[in-house]
Amino acid sequence: MNEGLFAQVDLPRVYRRRRLTNVIMLSLTGVATLLAIVPLVWITVYVLMKGGQYITLDFFIRLPRPMGVSGGGVLHAIEGSIVMVLLASLLSIPPALLAAFYLTLYPDTLLANALRFSTDLLASVPSIVIGLFGYAIIVVAQKHYSAFAGGVVLAIIMLPVVIRSAEEMLKLVPRELREGALALGAPEWKTSLAVLLPAAAEGILTGIMLAVARATGETAPLLFTSLGNDNYEIVRYIRQGIERNQSVFEILGKILAEPTDALPLTLWKYAQQPYPERVALAWAVAMVLMLFVLTLNIAARAWLARAQRRRRGA
Amino acid sequence: MSNGKTAIQMSRRRPAWRRRLDYWLEHGDRPWRVLLLLATLGAVVLVAAIAWKLWELSAPARHEFGWDFISPWAPQTWNPALDRFQAWPAIYGSLVTAVIALVLAVPFSVAIAIFLAELASPRLRVVFNYMVEMLAAVPSVVYGLWGIYVFLPVVVVPIGNALAATLGQVPGLSTFFAGPIPESGLSRLGAALILTIMITPTITAVSRDVFLAIPRTQREAAFALGATQWETVWKVLIPYGLPGILGAVILGFGRAIGETMAVTMVIGNTTGGGYSILRPGYTMASIIANEFAEAVSDLHAAALLEIGLVLFVVTLILNAFARWLVWNVNRRYMGR
Repeated sequence: MNEGLFAQVDLPRVYRRRRLTNVIMLSLTGVATLLAIVPLVWITVYVLMKGGQYITLDFFIRLPRPMGVSGGGVLHAIEGSIVMVLLASLLSIPPALLAAFYLTLYPDTLLANALRFSTDLLASVPSIVIGLFGYAIIVVAQKHYSAFAGGVVLAIIMLPVVIRSAEEMLKLVPRELREGALALGAPEWKTSLAVLLPAAAEGILTGIMLAVARATGETAPLLFTSLGNDNYEIVRYIRQGIERNQSVFEILGKILAEPTDALPLTLWKYAQQPYPERVALAWAVAMVLMLFVLTLNIAARAWLARAQRRRRGA
Repeated sequence: MSNGKTAIQMSRRRPAWRRRLDYWLEHGDRPWRVLLLLATLGAVVLVAAIAWKLWELSAPARHEFGWDFISPWAPQTWNPALDRFQAWPAIYGSLVTAVIALVLAVPFSVAIAIFLAELASPRLRVVFNYMVEMLAAVPSVVYGLWGIYVFLPVVVVPIGNALAATLGQVPGLSTFFAGPIPESGLSRLGAALILTIMITPTITAVSRDVFLAIPRTQREAAFALGATQWETVWKVLIPYGLPGILGAVILGFGRAIGETMAVTMVIGNTTGGGYSILRPGYTMASIIANEFAEAVSDLHAAALLEIGLVLFVVTLILNAFARWLVWNVNRRYMGR
């Protein structure tokens, strides 16, 4: 019966062909994976080696020298990055958490869906467009570039990242925890802040770390908001402020009102200058930036994985 | 309660106005809900404000140039001195680099996703997951720097020369592959290849999750019918996950269109260059990055803002399409 039906088909040959296809195609997926690692290793190793050649102590504690003169550092950009990322975190994290609470409290309302769509959109709008927006609302109004404008656009970049991760993490908190707190008579705000937030803290912090890493590496939105400033030096602003008997707020205002450089911005400018000393600085900046961003990423993910393992084990 | 009083006794000792205030505030919940509402509305309004600002500020350019601004058939002049602007070269640059990047990255990414989801051991999968995420986390300027000094001379120039010598000689294709590629390698091809590297992790991560989400029963049914593992992947898993993979592709396209710094550093930044991918050009994002800070006239700035508006609208459409896909899949597979 079987033989009659398959008399015309050379079964062993079909089997051989299918098995061969199987092996070849599956190996190809492995080859593709190996090939994808090539650029990663290439970039990482090259940037680390090249940057390592040029990095010195001066890099971290000195301002840049005039063009064509070797030596000097990028203290201004390090300070600028810290100031702007801190400001962005202050501006973006509290509203992002509140919005995430809204999403967990009222997950299916029209506004919640509008917020989810807006967050997705905000996360995928090219960062240069957000830079244009920052220019239009702050720089045009103040008539000068500033660290403040840079911090605001970075906050807009961070906002969707924090909202999304916080929502995911708050959703994972067991329902009973919330109901238990409410049953004990705690008001909603206390339940959110004292029960839900600590329960989801690890995940939320991970999201914040990823958002900080992203903001630190962003260049495009700063091009027309903080512009750049080779003489940005916080210590000098503070010293001048004290000499002139200014209040803390005036000094802070001064720090935020100046045009400011950031590490990726400096890297972009120096990479395209015809002076080898500047290009060398650019490589060093690339190394520092990459180490910082990758460390933050790996730490965040490893931490989250550990926290999840522990919770599952408990 | 520690001092021997019940909660009710404690609350009785509060003055009456305080109790009434607590009642009206619902013990703080009323302001809390207002706060939540404000933050949520703020985020939604922010997105609307971005769109509105771009619309408003690009008005001079919109009125001056109309639809010709983005038309492929209008005369292509980008001349700040004459105050004439036409965005097609930048739009073409964005499209051609993003499409080439997608064509190269999608098969690769799907293959990697299959490897990670179907073949790799859990331990190996974790290691590769980290690598994919790292590749996605490297700041775009670092890609750009590496691109200028390493990738362009070592990889792009030889490929460009080879393309110019082969496809560049074929009639019909020669428009797109007309050489020579500049010695520095600054070209649309360089941008497309850098974008390929940059969007591969995005597409890989999303399609990996798609494969991992496919129910086990689908695989077991295919194996039970005697399919080999590859046949299971090709004839069962890929068709099943196709909408998800399409979503990944859309995401990758969005990233490629919006990528600014790395592209600005390797594409050469000129509005000339014809249609050849071996010549330098502009993308929408890179023309803004390169010219906005030094815009010579109000019309010049407005034209760049209008390009920003185009980018925003493209993102909006891509996002809406992705949403629709997800909604469609949910309806089909989950009966929702």
